[in-house]
Amino acid sequence: MPPPLPYLKETPSQTAGPYVHIGLAPSVAGLSGAMGDLGQDIAGPEAPGERITVEGMVLDGTGAPVRDAVIEAWQADAAGIYPHPEDPRHAEAAPGFRGWGRACTDFETGIWTFETVKPGPVPGPDGALQAPHVNLWIVARGINLGLATRLYFSDEGEANRDDPVLGLIDQTHRRDTLMARREDRDGAVVYRFDIHLQGEHETVFLEI
Amino acid sequence: MTRRDGPFFARDRQWHPPALAPAYRSSVARSPRWPALSIGQTRSEITGPVFRPDDVAAIDRDLILNHARDGEPVGERIVVHGRVLDEEARPVPNTLVEIWQANAGGRYRHRNDGYLAALDPNFGGCGRALTDAEGRYHFRTIKPGAYPWRNGGNDWRPAHIHFSVFGTGWAQRLVTQMYFEGDPLIPRCPIVNAIPDPEAVDRLVARLDMNAAIPFDCLAYRFDIVLRGRRATFFETRPEGT
Ligand SMILES: [Fe+3]
Repeated sequence: MPPPLPYLKETPSQTAGPYVHIGLAPSVAGLSGAMGDLGQDIAGPEAPGERITVEGMVLDGTGAPVRDAVIEAWQADAAGIYPHPEDPRHAEAAPGFRGWGRACTDFETGIWTFETVKPGPVPGPDGALQAPHVNLWIVARGINLGLATRLYFSDEGEANRDDPVLGLIDQTHRRDTLMARREDRDGAVVYRFDIHLQGEHETVFLEI
Repeated sequence: MTRRDGPFFARDRQWHPPALAPAYRSSVARSPRWPALSIGQTRSEITGPVFRPDDVAAIDRDLILNHARDGEPVGERIVVHGRVLDEEARPVPNTLVEIWQANAGGRYRHRNDGYLAALDPNFGGCGRALTDAEGRYHFRTIKPGAYPWRNGGNDWRPAHIHFSVFGTGWAQRLVTQMYFEGDPLIPRCPIVNAIPDPEAVDRLVARLDMNAAIPFDCLAYRFDIVLRGRRATFFETRPEGT
């Protein structure tokens, strides 16, 4: 057999464990001190767009809430632009828009929440548009490799129908696991998105 | 010129621990049963959060001082350093590295840790740094202690430091743990043993690095981190976007 090609191997993943908050959300762990929590500003006040709250729970295979998870979000601004040099339009990204956020499930209620703006559609392969979505990544005790998924919006029916990623899900009923349900709560827009790690309603997780 | 702006190399799922590793009991109810759906990569996966120098302060990388109240923490003083590279050994500059760990007695400063070992009033256990232009990072800290955990009847975690790394694209996001060369608890740990290949485990074991030790002050350990590499775009057959 010829010798292997000289690529390095990716560092293997390990679980974030139950004390992940110390590193990723120190104030949640109970650490007082200079280091604030990163990821609290997905869309600053100057960023245009519809202001929304995204909330949900993470549920295990028995239906019990996972109360020690960290969820990260990565999304485009209201015009569908990522504030990253490899987005061809990044120079036009909204002022004050960072696109990245981090939330923890509450130790009592199990609920996680992001305050953000609704993203616009993002170009996909071959110029087709992808439906508005938020990329999510979940770590917790018991999760050996961070789980990637996408949150889509229930009121984007037409765009969702044409979305190239949703279209890859053969079992059409499982596409619903990626739909955040829009609710109007005292005039505020809230999208509810529960993540099922396992079981009948298991969320579609993505190999990205 | 070859442009390294194609998709990231596919992740080798056989190299990482599987979602379900029954000896690590927490994985039983928290592991997806469906295989992850392969979607290829779009702009959403190739871009990722960008961190700025003002997201971290210089003291954030010094765990000996960043939570000191009335003195320095107890324990073995160490430097932990290394490079963040991709699978083609190219440095990943300007990327955020976050660490967290127990104190020298194996106790975490966390509201949910009730281990009987004492908290150290001068130790927080949280650190952050951005890699430099060559992908280098370094932290100064206290060597963490081993600690028991509820899994089997007498399971102990080897001494370890938790690491979180971003890279340049969302698809590179990684959380892992660093262990210490020579620790007899490594091969006994169900979390470590969820990794199928002993060679992969070896990549998580930091080496004692006497050249980086600071005489009369700190020992040093070296831990290099490898993130997914990227394909070159030799041919522009499927232009993305526009
Ligand atoms: Fe730990």
